[in-house]
Amino acid sequence: MIHSLFLINQSGDIFLEKHWKSVIGRSVCDYFFEAKEKAVDPENVAPVLQTPHHYLISILRGKLFFLSVIQTEVPPLFVIEFLHRVADTFQDYFGDCSEGVIKDNLVTVYELLEEMLDNGFPLATESNVLKEMIRPPTILRSVVNTLTGGSNVGDTLPTGQLSNIPWRRAGVKYTNNEAYFDVIEEIDAILDKSGTTVCAEIQGVIEACVRLTGMPDLTLSFMNPRLLDDVSFHPCVRFKRWESERVLSFIPPDGNFTLMTYHVSSQNLVAIPVYVKQNISFFETGPCGRLDITIGPKQTMGKTVEGLMVTIHMPKAVLSANLTATQGNYSYDLATKVLVWDIGKLNPQKLPNLRGSLSMQAGVPRPEENPSLNIELKIQQLAISGLKVSRLDMYGEKYKPFKGVKYVTKAGKFQVRT
Amino acid sequence: MSVCSHASMLTVIKIKFHVINSKSSVLRNDDLKEMLESSKESLKLEAMKRIVGLIAKGKNASELFPAVVKNVASKNIELKKLVYVYLVRYAEEQQDLALLSISTFQRALKDPNQFIRASALRVLSSIRVPIIVPIMMLAIKEAAADLSPYVRKTSAHAIQKLYSLDPEQKEQLIEVIEKLLKDKSTLVAGSVVMAFEEVCPDRIDLIHKNYRKLCNLLVDVEEWGQVVIISMLTRYARTQFISPWKEDAVFDGNNEKTFYESDSEEKKDQTENKPYIMDPDHRLLLRNTKPLLQSRNTAVVMSVAQLYWHLAPKHEVSIVTKSLVRLLRSHREVQYIVLQNIATMSIQRKGMFEPFMKSFYVRSTDATHIKTLKLEILTNLANEANISTILREFQTYVKSQDKAFAAATIQAIGRCATNISEVTDTCLNGLVLLLSNRDETVVAESVVVIKKLLQTQPTQHSEIIKHMAKLFDNITVPMARASILWLMGEYCERVPKIAPDVLRKMAKTFTAEEDIVKLQTVNLAAKLYLINSKQTKLLTQYILNLGKYDQNYDIRDRTRFIRQLIVPNEKSGALNKYARRILLAPKPAPVLESSFKDRDRYQLGTLSHSLNIKASGYQELCDWPAVAPDQSVRNVEVIDPVRSHIAALDERNLCKQEFFSVLNMYMNVCSESGSESEDSSEDSEETSSDSGKSSSGSEESSSESESEQKKKKKKMKKMALQKKSKPTAADRYMSHLLYVQPFLVVSCPHIGPLRDASPRSDNQRVYFISTQLLQKIKSRLIKSTLPSRVSCLVQVTTPSFGPVKTYELLHHMTGKGLSAKYHFPRQPCLYQPSMVAVQVILTNSSDHSLEEIHIGDRNPASLNIHCFNTIERLEPEASVTVSMGVDFSDSTQAANFQLCTNTDQFSVSIQPAVGELLMPSTMAEQDFIKEQGKLQGMNETSQTVTMATANTSSQAISKQVLSVANVGVVSSSQSNFHRFAGRTVSSGALVLVTLEMKESSSAQLTINTEKSVMASMLLRDLKQALAQV
Repeated sequence: MIHSLFLINQSGDIFLEKHWKSVIGRSVCDYFFEAKEKAVDPENVAPVLQTPHHYLISILRGKLFFLSVIQTEVPPLFVIEFLHRVADTFQDYFGDCSEGVIKDNLVTVYELLEEMLDNGFPLATESNVLKEMIRPPTILRSVVNTLTGGSNVGDTLPTGQLSNIPWRRAGVKYTNNEAYFDVIEEIDAILDKSGTTVCAEIQGVIEACVRLTGMPDLTLSFMNPRLLDDVSFHPCVRFKRWESERVLSFIPPDGNFTLMTYHVSSQNLVAIPVYVKQNISFFETGPCGRLDITIGPKQTMGKTVEGLMVTIHMPKAVLSANLTATQGNYSYDLATKVLVWDIGKLNPQKLPNLRGSLSMQAGVPRPEENPSLNIELKIQQLAISGLKVSRLDMYGEKYKPFKGVKYVTKAGKFQVRT
Repeated sequence: MSVCSHASMLTVIKIKFHVINSKSSVLRNDDLKEMLESSKESLKLEAMKRIVGLIAKGKNASELFPAVVKNVASKNIELKKLVYVYLVRYAEEQQDLALLSISTFQRALKDPNQFIRASALRVLSSIRVPIIVPIMMLAIKEAAADLSPYVRKTSAHAIQKLYSLDPEQKEQLIEVIEKLLKDKSTLVAGSVVMAFEEVCPDRIDLIHKNYRKLCNLLVDVEEWGQVVIISMLTRYARTQFISPWKEDAVFDGNNEKTFYESDSEEKKDQTENKPYIMDPDHRLLLRNTKPLLQSRNTAVVMSVAQLYWHLAPKHEVSIVTKSLVRLLRSHREVQYIVLQNIATMSIQRKGMFEPFMKSFYVRSTDATHIKTLKLEILTNLANEANISTILREFQTYVKSQDKAFAAATIQAIGRCATNISEVTDTCLNGLVLLLSNRDETVVAESVVVIKKLLQTQPTQHSEIIKHMAKLFDNITVPMARASILWLMGEYCERVPKIAPDVLRKMAKTFTAEEDIVKLQTVNLAAKLYLINSKQTKLLTQYILNLGKYDQNYDIRDRTRFIRQLIVPNEKSGALNKYARRILLAPKPAPVLESSFKDRDRYQLGTLSHSLNIKASGYQELCDWPAVAPDQSVRNVEVIDPVRSHIAALDERNLCKQEFFSVLNMYMNVCSESGSESEDSSEDSEETSSDSGKSSSGSEESSSESESEQKKKKKKMKKMALQKKSKPTAADRYMSHLLYVQPFLVVSCPHIGPLRDASPRSDNQRVYFISTQLLQKIKSRLIKSTLPSRVSCLVQVTTPSFGPVKTYELLHHMTGKGLSAKYHFPRQPCLYQPSMVAVQVILTNSSDHSLEEIHIGDRNPASLNIHCFNTIERLEPEASVTVSMGVDFSDSTQAANFQLCTNTDQFSVSIQPAVGELLMPSTMAEQDFIKEQGKLQGMNETSQTVTMATANTSSQAISKQVLSVANVGVVSSSQSNFHRFAGRTVSSGALVLVTLEMKESSSAQLTINTEKSVMASMLLRDLKQALAQV
């Protein structure tokens, strides 16, 4: 399946290569560089490319390209999903997935890649299993290993590999048993010029952090499970229980994991927490434009809107911005033409405003369309859909765990057209 | 925290570097070699780490091979692994040296640690050295039979590696694949199917027997294996099942409907003749893949979606929609692939995605290829109802800063305009407005699209053409200019004044134009010459002269050709006459259609589909067969016993043989003295045991076993008869029977697991019969060992009358979908003679399958229950009958126990009616009276009962009594006396029932037994039964 993997940084250098079958020369990447050249923006490179003898499937994570070389027919999503899983694993192991980190941990990375694929077919992708085979680097272990010549590599088959529940290792022990669940909802919306909603939907995810001794069997139930329109689960969730009783029943992996993602049915009207009054105009005469943005609370369910941030991708012709913000700071990146206004907490009494002038490149026709605003925000202790966890029960173990549920609402792809 | 740890780790590494650097300033390969040869593990490890670093960077480290390969047997596991990495990378280049390491792996293949065995096989099979092919083959074969599923999985991977190294080994490898396909481990399933796909994808016959198993295992297979298995099963299903689309071959699109209307008559006939019934295996696949739509793995979701698209009846496909739309929230690359597939799907079936139209709205931050795909889908979804919404959305897109996307939007508007006639004019007007756009790519695209639109309906559009002529000077994009010139030429009769003027302008700038514009100028000149030669003759000649000396040969060619065609001279032949018909022929309008129109020839979700090119190794998805191939090929006749049972089975077989040898001896002896006589009770026994067997719900068995069984039965019947007629012969061999009995008690518990797991096979029938035999023997034993009872010929028989009264054990509401009912089959219990046989019918009335149904805790703990074997899986709507044995110890105390599934536990109880605790016995009337005489006084319970008039006939009385109690009828010489005899199951105490008819529907009911509590309860029950009709 996956023949080779190349890691390529932003400037087009291959800084790691790994082959699972016979070696393929790195010249195969030239086709990719050609496509990248053509696409201008790295985002626009097509994920699937064809070369005379190979197929190239690539993903862009952070600023790195993971480029895999394929020789025969394979579902492209299979490869894409796997490459993302590789990137996730790096993130999990090293806390980051950047060129520097990968170069620093080259040997661990190589060992990981060796374990994750055999002959191009995924062998172990479950984080728990990998961590038993190759322990993540920590300060203490590095020091000890340097002194004793010990290794980071396990010599027994991880227990998870053979069991029905590969995601959980045996013999987990904690002194403090705790299970935390974060219900995170994101609002995806497009608002048009006048502020009316063009489309809006809520996407939710339940992130869990479970540190429980032994083999606990958890059941999480909701007050209003009918809200959930479409769901996807971590493999640990028993789908049948969900189908029949609408409860999440599972033996959790150890540590952090995504329990489920869901989509709230689109029939329900989505509450939009903020409104935006904006006026961006580029004058026909004279090389300047004007910008005036005010943001106010709309449907916040009595909660405070935090982490408010507005990002605007300006037309190429805008040279600089001379603005004043009543709250927060703004910055304008001349190279990427991105204006970022970091507002912070939204004060309903005193609405934040950003206004001023934009200077344009002379002699260039005024832009046809005004740039759209991308809004980020965060509301603590609120799931905007109204979803509520009613209870969490544990079976199979005797102790009483500490339990907690947290709700957060965020703006996902929240865009205001102007 | 992580950042901080990371930073400090960096310093650690730096320190390490420092230590090494202080030793030698520049590390070269020589130094690495030295380090590898040193005796210190840590130095070796450090060296290997640096070497792996070199490999990772793509630098050549092959010259270190001899130094590295020495460490292959190192004790340090990390060092060893790094050596493996090196070995796999360079073995192909240094084949001779690589051979040095082979013996190490061969040794490791025998290691007791499964992890070591597996990694040895992994490396051994990754070394691409042709000489070791036989060694690899041997290792694979051995590993395929390994006890560890992990090692077997590795062997499946190794198959592919060996195949790519040496395709000659195919036949042998297929054998291994065949063997591994039978593996029941979920760990192996994905990998072996992958090997199957790589090595022998055409050997579909290997799948038949494993099809159902794969379907059932699918949910538990790891996610990557799921993708591979699903795609293989999709291909399999298309060769094995008939099309589920015949009945509802009506597509959502209107045009398709009209297309099919013509032969709908014919189709109707077909369907009437042969209604479509989906193969249960086909349904199994669809049902078992459905839950995977909820997988977190996008590849799994996509593969299920394509399976439904290619295999499900049309009306079921739409269940995948939501899940596909969900994937659009994922990474950019995932979106790209999913959108491509949705684009293909949405052409054929708009209805599937129309409710989710808004999910395809474009955001300004999307990547261009994502935007274009969304646009494509929106265009596919457009219909009369939603076109206004879509066009409004398109208006926003046209203004996009991303000009490539804006151009694509204009194309999309053009497609909407041609597809939906209501909006053609609106679209056209909108496009005309765009002609005054400032961006020239937008204008150019508009011109091109307008050209196409005008071609489809050229009437009354001269205004637009005039408008375009006016804009001509400002438009610089060659394609747009060429399009306008073509339009002028094509419709020059509608704009007779403007066209020559445009030509005049073109004559001026001809040399500076692009080639494509020049060609169209020549065309325009030619057309005008034919229509309006008076005004344009000179201009045309001028342009033709310019073209004659153009640098481009295409233009020179065209010019020459046009000149010969339109300007008459002596050389020009017949063609000249037809110049007008050639140049001004009405031209068919171009069809604006989706670029995804023909993508459906590729299986969805494949690389080929994504690239729209047949990728190497693509397996064509064949069409449904017209006639379904043999379905029975998937039947698995022999259910392999679970490994752990094998030993037990062998033991049983041994016992069986022993048993029969004893039986035969017995038979031989008995046949010595042969007097044949028929007895009615024997007859009844045969029929009743037959009916009992069929009612126990056993599955069909082969005719062979049936006949065999009959044979055995005959033998036994004969034996029983002989026993009766010649007791002394039997007594002589009592010692043999005593020998038989303990064996039966031992072997009976084995029957349970098998009985429920598999269709009852003949040896179980033998057991069944043998138990009956046991009963007889037992009674005989009792007789012989208890001299007080020798006088009466008591024989336990199975009643001819078997009313099946079913009781509820678990209601499906309380059982979360699992419902259970039980009844007493009134057969001797198979497991232990002191147990009452109970048959439990388990039904799954939920919509999901239940797993691991078994019996949990029981109460009271001393209660002796023979449990049924765990039922691994019960599909929705399915039900299964299982047998249990309960030793109630002759009391009506309920047997409480828990019925468990893998998720739930339900407390249930079986409350036996007192009559069910009995076994019928047959005895002669005088024996009955004799026995009754012994059970007087305390042991007699009597009451006068009133009988319903309908119950007064002897037949009715028997019926009522037998419905309550499992007793045998004793033939009576007095018409007003009805007698019934039985024994309690557990202790074998006699229970004698006498009903003495009195005048006017009253009767005296007497029960004689040692068990006085039972007597009173039985009396109450009988009284009730006799009173009612």
